[in-house]
Amino acid sequence: MSELIQVIDSYGLIVAFLVVGVIMFFSEIISRKIFRSKIPGSAISIFLGLVLGYIGGVFGDGEKGLSDIPIFKGVGFMGGGMFRDFTIVATAISASFLLIKKSGLAGMISLFLGLIIFFTVGVALGWAWGFRDAVTLTTIGAGACTYIIGPVTGAAIGASSDIIALSIGIGVVKTITVTILTPILAKRIGLDSEGAAMSYGGLMGTTSGVAAGLAATDPKLVPYGAVTATFYSGLGCLICPSVFYLILNYFL
Amino acid sequence: MIYGIAILAFSFLAGQWMGTLLGHWIGIDSNVGGVGFAMIILILTKEGFHRKGWFKSEMEYGVDFWGKLYIPVVVAMAASLNVKAAVTSGSLAIAAGAIPVIICFFVFPYLTKGLKAS
Repeated sequence: MSELIQVIDSYGLIVAFLVVGVIMFFSEIISRKIFRSKIPGSAISIFLGLVLGYIGGVFGDGEKGLSDIPIFKGVGFMGGGMFRDFTIVATAISASFLLIKKSGLAGMISLFLGLIIFFTVGVALGWAWGFRDAVTLTTIGAGACTYIIGPVTGAAIGASSDIIALSIGIGVVKTITVTILTPILAKRIGLDSEGAAMSYGGLMGTTSGVAAGLAATDPKLVPYGAVTATFYSGLGCLICPSVFYLILNYFL
Repeated sequence: MIYGIAILAFSFLAGQWMGTLLGHWIGIDSNVGGVGFAMIILILTKEGFHRKGWFKSEMEYGVDFWGKLYIPVVVAMAASLNVKAAVTSGSLAIAAGAIPVIICFFVFPYLTKGLKAS
């Protein structure tokens, strides 16, 4: 047994791959069996990640969730800033420049409008819940944009670990809300063409939510919504910790 | 495949550098928007390589591999945060996650109408 512990201890990152693989596997099953694939497996897996972070916090009695428990310390390395930023940048490769050009001005307008609405409402709600400092409010507002913009922004401006966890939670709720409401409301809001799907992806942002929601509406629209939604994360990571933070900092 | 990863690494480092410069410039003294810059650089680099005919599908495979790890990494990140302390604000997570989405559903028809008009 002590040999196994020794192996686990020396290969933390590899252990993390196994742990996360198992989490992803169970989320896929939950997604398929319980939600009949209506809610994307990614949203469920991130939620499960948060649950494990909570359990880790209870048992490890620290501030770093599961990674405070020695055998899971590699999870903290895998979820650290280096891998997070490297993988999010890699997702941009699927964004086709041609499609972005095609969506043009309309895409840009919906992107900015979407980021402004989500950020502003997120900050307003954070304020209503009693948070007052610019760093926390910016991180909450960024989390309302997506579960990736939240932590990237929080890390850049120095938010605390619990606020970053909160911002991920907000982003996960957003993804699930978009996924559920898109097919229900698509007809009523005129979401029925390629152009509309591009504006929709830009306005809503969350790639997994938009893609899953559009797939349930009309699979042909998925690539059009996904292209602007991918850009939403890039743009959000760019302006939330800079322009939005500075504006908020100025007023507070 | 390693060429693809190298291009990704180049875009990443260049973007982070720009982000750090921007951070210095606005006085936060940390990396601001490096991820966003890096994504833009990656897309432009890929486009440039395409145009010159240097881009091979194997390169995309190298980048794609890391892109597919994005959700697993976010899961690992979620599991290593101070969730216990955040749970007290759980109601905020639900409100801030859902309310702006509902507002955007109201905004969307006006947006498409406005875009069509212009």
